[in-house]
Amino acid sequence: MSTLAYDGTAMLGRQLRRIRHNPGLLILTQTMPITMLLFFGYVFGSALAMPGEEYRAFLVPGLLVATAANGIMTGMFQAAQDSHRGVTDRFRTLPMSRAAVPLGQAAADLVVTAAGTVPLLLVGLAVGWRIEGSALEAAGAVGLLLLFRFATTWIGILLGLASRSEEAAGQLGGATFILPLLSNAYIPTDNLPGWLRTAAEWNPISAVTTALRDLFGNAPVPADGAWPVTHPVAGSLAWCAVLIAVFLPLAVRRYALGASPTR
Amino acid sequence: MRYGRHMTTTYAVLSEGLEKRFGEVRALQGLDLAVAEGRVCGVLGPNGAGKTTAVRLLTTLLRPDAGSARVAGHDLVREPAAVRGAIGVTGQYASVDGDLTGRENLRLFAKLHRMRGPTGRTRADELLDRFGLTEAADRPTSTYSGGMRRRLDLAASLVTRPAVLFLDEPTTGLDPHSRNQIWETVRALKSEGTTVLLTTQYLEEADQLADDIVLVDHGRTAHTGSPAELKALIGSCAEVVVAHPDAMSGAAAVLDQLTGSEPAFDEERRAVGVVTTDPTLTLPRLVRELDAAGVPLLDASLRPPTLEDVFLRLTDRKELVT
Repeated sequence: MSTLAYDGTAMLGRQLRRIRHNPGLLILTQTMPITMLLFFGYVFGSALAMPGEEYRAFLVPGLLVATAANGIMTGMFQAAQDSHRGVTDRFRTLPMSRAAVPLGQAAADLVVTAAGTVPLLLVGLAVGWRIEGSALEAAGAVGLLLLFRFATTWIGILLGLASRSEEAAGQLGGATFILPLLSNAYIPTDNLPGWLRTAAEWNPISAVTTALRDLFGNAPVPADGAWPVTHPVAGSLAWCAVLIAVFLPLAVRRYALGASPTR
Repeated sequence: MRYGRHMTTTYAVLSEGLEKRFGEVRALQGLDLAVAEGRVCGVLGPNGAGKTTAVRLLTTLLRPDAGSARVAGHDLVREPAAVRGAIGVTGQYASVDGDLTGRENLRLFAKLHRMRGPTGRTRADELLDRFGLTEAADRPTSTYSGGMRRRLDLAASLVTRPAVLFLDEPTTGLDPHSRNQIWETVRALKSEGTTVLLTTQYLEEADQLADDIVLVDHGRTAHTGSPAELKALIGSCAEVVVAHPDAMSGAAAVLDQLTGSEPAFDEERRAVGVVTTDPTLTLPRLVRELDAAGVPLLDASLRPPTLEDVFLRLTDRKELVT
């Protein structure tokens, strides 16, 4: 385990250095939600029944979670990029922990996401979103957001390692933008047709978004709906636990299998 | 055969019957290798012969379907971590991180080899200096030329002074200057006692660097020996050039009679060639016999074979793909 911690830290450092030299993807994934907040909040928002400011306050937690769900895309892209370059072969021929490479990637992603969320929060504050709950609840919201990011990154790492090429990963990753559209991140789900509402409410993004709205004090927990949405904090924690329990071991195993005979 | 100590020689790489298939493709179907400690072994073969697969197996990147091997005294399948601790690998494609600088790459690999703090930093600087990369050390390696990247790659493989160094086509696609630099490095490593296993398609490279050559064809070990032994195996090459095309058959008849082996023709150059292991066949005798038979000779030569001759002779390929 100390091997894993040591190698994982080295790989974390590597990932952070890579991002520093090449911040394009990071800047894109972090400025996109700000653009969307302004677009949705002022353009689409004007066509909704909800008053503009109220909609923007509703939108900020949704965008935070949708951005966290981008972990699938960035995780996938980075893992695919790595595994189709020779450097991964070199790591595999080094006497280092097998789990360190994906773990370093996920850890670096978490550090970067935590920092990258600040601009979105600031713009959110500027357009009328407020933290209306307690500081403790707000901290819980941020913790939940990062936990969700950590979970989605592992989905991405697994898909990235399994993808045939960087291009294929890029295309599939681009398709993940549809996931928050099928949730309550951008719109309330109350008015959706029955089956679609059920599907959207079982989307993990909905549970985490509802939990954030609750913890930030932006909107009350819905009285009716699917269990993860009516019990958003427990639902979010359960979703994250399931995703991590499934995808982390699969991704680590996939990385090790990629070549290595044992461990 | 027993592994490890064999007579008085210690083998750094010893494999028996290594097999690997990818779906329908049988990339390796019985590779035997014995590389004595401190030697440079050239694994030679045409494209698709299984050279890269062999390196990927021996460096624990792939698991063999059958057969066994020991690298630096460790069993490949049962002790992969110990093998990894003893080897350095430079692949066909540069395996350094393009997003990091040269210095960051070397420091990272030093760290992963458990060289902590200043030890790793000093080693990185030493290697940058040795490979002439100090000036470019703080640029991302994605901006490096092919030769620079390959040099960095080799430097990365030498962070720990490995017991066995694997080089998979280390000079493919390099300019002559970079190629010479890599050759120099291999010679220097050999003099320091490092065992080197290198694959190459370039016969000159094998001739220049290798103490022993393993000729691989269709995923099997076709022949092994020193370059001189392999050349002796096919003897000398006699070639004559005649004045007009009609004289070629006459020349062939004389050569056939002298050597008992089947002549080969080059119509364009009006040349007839033959290989021979007969030590009594000298150039004056060759010329006398042909002249006596009335063959209008323009040119005649009797030369030791090149590795290329050996290669073409001992594998059933018509020509080298380079």
